[in-house]
Amino acid sequence: MTNTIADIGDAEVILVTGSNTTENHPVLSSFVKRAVKFKGAKLIVVDPRRIKMTEFANLWIRPRLGTDVAWINGLMNVILHENLHDEDFIEKRTEEFGTLRKVVEKYTPEHVEEITGIPAESLKEAARTFAAAKKGSILYCMGITQHTTGTDNVKSLANLSMLCGFLGMEGGGVNPLRGQNNVQGACDMGGLPNVFPAYLPVIDKAVSARFVEAWGVTSLSTKPGLTVTKMFPAAHDGTLKAMYIIGENPMVSDADLNHVEECLKHLDFLVVQDIFLTETAQMADVVLPSRCFAEKEGTFTNSERRVQRVRKAVEPPGQAHYDWEILCDVANRMGYPMSYADSEAVFEEIRKVTPSYAGITYERIEGEGIHWPCPNEEHPGTPILHREMFTRGKGLFHAIEYVAPAEQVDEDYPLYLTTGRVLYHYHTGTMTMKSEGLNEIAPEGFVEIADEDAQRLGIADGDTVSVASRRGKVTARAQISEKAVSGTVFMPFHYAQAAANKLTNAALDPVCGIPEFKVCAVKLEKRAA
Amino acid sequence: MAGENTFVINGNELAFEPGETILDVARRNDIDIPTLCHLKSAMPTGICRMCVVEVEGATQLLASCATPAAAGMVVQTESSAVVEARKMIIRLMLSSGNHNCAVRGHAGDDWTSFQLQVMQADGADELCPVWGDCRLQDLAYRYQVSSEPELETPVPYPMETVNPFIVRDFSRCILCGRCVQACNDVQVNEAIEFGYRSAATKIVTGPEDRPLKNSDCVFCGECVQVCPVGALVLKNVRYEARPWETEKVRTTCTYCGVGCQMWLHVKENRIEQVTGVEESAPNHGSLCVKGRFGYDFVGDENRLTAPLIKEGGTFREATWEEALDLVAKKLGQVKNDHGGDAIGMLTSARITNEENYVANKFARAVLKTNNIDHCARL
Repeated sequence: MTNTIADIGDAEVILVTGSNTTENHPVLSSFVKRAVKFKGAKLIVVDPRRIKMTEFANLWIRPRLGTDVAWINGLMNVILHENLHDEDFIEKRTEEFGTLRKVVEKYTPEHVEEITGIPAESLKEAARTFAAAKKGSILYCMGITQHTTGTDNVKSLANLSMLCGFLGMEGGGVNPLRGQNNVQGACDMGGLPNVFPAYLPVIDKAVSARFVEAWGVTSLSTKPGLTVTKMFPAAHDGTLKAMYIIGENPMVSDADLNHVEECLKHLDFLVVQDIFLTETAQMADVVLPSRCFAEKEGTFTNSERRVQRVRKAVEPPGQAHYDWEILCDVANRMGYPMSYADSEAVFEEIRKVTPSYAGITYERIEGEGIHWPCPNEEHPGTPILHREMFTRGKGLFHAIEYVAPAEQVDEDYPLYLTTGRVLYHYHTGTMTMKSEGLNEIAPEGFVEIADEDAQRLGIADGDTVSVASRRGKVTARAQISEKAVSGTVFMPFHYAQAAANKLTNAALDPVCGIPEFKVCAVKLEKRAA
Repeated sequence: MAGENTFVINGNELAFEPGETILDVARRNDIDIPTLCHLKSAMPTGICRMCVVEVEGATQLLASCATPAAAGMVVQTESSAVVEARKMIIRLMLSSGNHNCAVRGHAGDDWTSFQLQVMQADGADELCPVWGDCRLQDLAYRYQVSSEPELETPVPYPMETVNPFIVRDFSRCILCGRCVQACNDVQVNEAIEFGYRSAATKIVTGPEDRPLKNSDCVFCGECVQVCPVGALVLKNVRYEARPWETEKVRTTCTYCGVGCQMWLHVKENRIEQVTGVEESAPNHGSLCVKGRFGYDFVGDENRLTAPLIKEGGTFREATWEEALDLVAKKLGQVKNDHGGDAIGMLTSARITNEENYVANKFARAVLKTNNIDHCARL
């Protein structure tokens, strides 16, 4: 997030898109709801499903799946056409405005209506509402990123925010909501194939030299590595021989699961480090038991870049170890000496090589966390990014054309499927499904379908139906719901028994390698009782 | 030196900002005015009148939570009139239901018959489930009040226990409205409200008064956290863990990326309960159903407790020495034979920064590959 969670309360207009906020970020959603209910903020929800958030919205617009670039360009078209853009901000703080303007010209409300199904008038109203505000916040989540055009979608939202001058101010910003507790921290700490900690590029020789010295090695690879979505095909074709997987369950969470299983089987050696014997761990050659969050000292970094303490409350079961401890033990056996007295000692080393964390200490975040970047111990942290300038200096407009999703509905597979989470479960359910209460309320997978589609297919609420895509087939109970809009069904991906990801498409965004979880074509059939 | 924006509380001249209530100024200056219904971050309702104060020149006592500070005002927070009023309010509340703590009064010598009757209704062999963690009980002690048994009122509505998380015990509800504000003004789930009104008043889920599990309730548990008495209690904690038996450890939630600050209440190496940290960003006490109720996995019997090595298709338990030797040997072989880029590492968005950092160092410095990623894309 460029801004903080509390900062949402200062926005005059909030655009929520591709985020089922009340179910996936419930506590954050209350900041949005309060802003609307008590502070008069306007809420625009752009989502293919009639999610709870639409009940609080001044305006809900419903695009066809995977048409995000088109409607965002459409909003910008209206804003430019009606002169609602922030000329001063564009002039002083951005580049390539002309290129953007040229591409956006084509995306008239009428043209956008053809692509997205959004009535031209609604699009105009949304554009006026958004641009008329003095401060506008954009919140988005996986509904924007999990597409073959995920990178384009995000850049388009950045374009929209810059066009209105909503970056670098209170109540503004482009704010991705992080779905996992420490996905921000994992990225910050170099858990990515192309960057060291603090996003320092591995291809940069000077950067590499600094880490060679810091880590006491003779050399480091300057070739960017494989993303998770490229590792599986590499395993399949034999170039990847071994994998070391920590706290991940790709056997349920990845797209096109049947293929993932094939890939893992091809490996010569698989080690999995986790707290449970997950579907993925069951395929391993060696499984190593680790501590869970309540058994650890350390830090997590939340969605608003706030580094916060994690503290040990209970003893770990049996012989479970810290993940860092296990890695040190393996490193020592492989001839690289690595040892730390405790988590804080690791953090002290992090501070030395990660400029954005340099000023953060356990002592400073004892009471409340600090937002990075925090370059020194006197620095208060940075709640709002891009205040005076962008990381690269001026904000760059990207002129982006709409590209259709990788898979379209056709006669054989006439319905769109989109996937996500429900309030009561989390990711692959390895944690939440251990709570009886949560299981009682959300016991099993389902396929959410609009009444109209259900009637046409002769499906009643609660019927067992088969859902098939070009990649696989699962059965689930039909749930006729007002959330669904005709032509699109929804399935949660939590449940291994009705694994939505056996159906999803592993087609990737060419830049960041994210799979298109949010769009694929399926057919539904009622199963004989 | 009475300034434009000053007034006097208990003989101390204090400055105020326009719009501040008497209570706001008192709190800011560490003057303790007791409250029950007052909920920080929501509009004051003035329902309970526990916070009444005496203001010179006023014809009656005023609720300090709803009375704006005004220049020249002279306020007493513990005058005898104030104390008498508070005692009366506490006495009425204690008499209004099953408040079977030791402060409950009794008729004649028969202290126990009421207690026994309530324990039977509770299906318990202990006193009130929030004994020792009750605002009303604290105030009864502070003002040395016990109830008048002749004021005893019948229990109007049965206990609701049909959902897995929250017990709604209307016999202990003092109708302060904090839960209604928590639900509507803080979490904005809009699931509960005041219903029926006057003597029949009850907190309901809407005109149909359905149980929580058939309502708009999403079990965030904010109402339980703010309930000052034993009317809203966590089902699994009820009679299981008393506050003096547990130790509280502050940490960060392990679910989504909001990073809510939470207290883990631990008894005998088990997490008994989770509550939100009220004095800290980002959540200021709020949690969701997963954060508040989804912690059973920690102590689950299926947790991995020892390294496992697969032999002939099945796992056997191994020592750490054995497992680590094997992992180091196998990874070393692949690295030697095919180079580090033949190994892929998935680190995790679930583990700490420290662990992710070590994983990144392990992949790059030990395995000699940049093949490291995690589930940010999934």
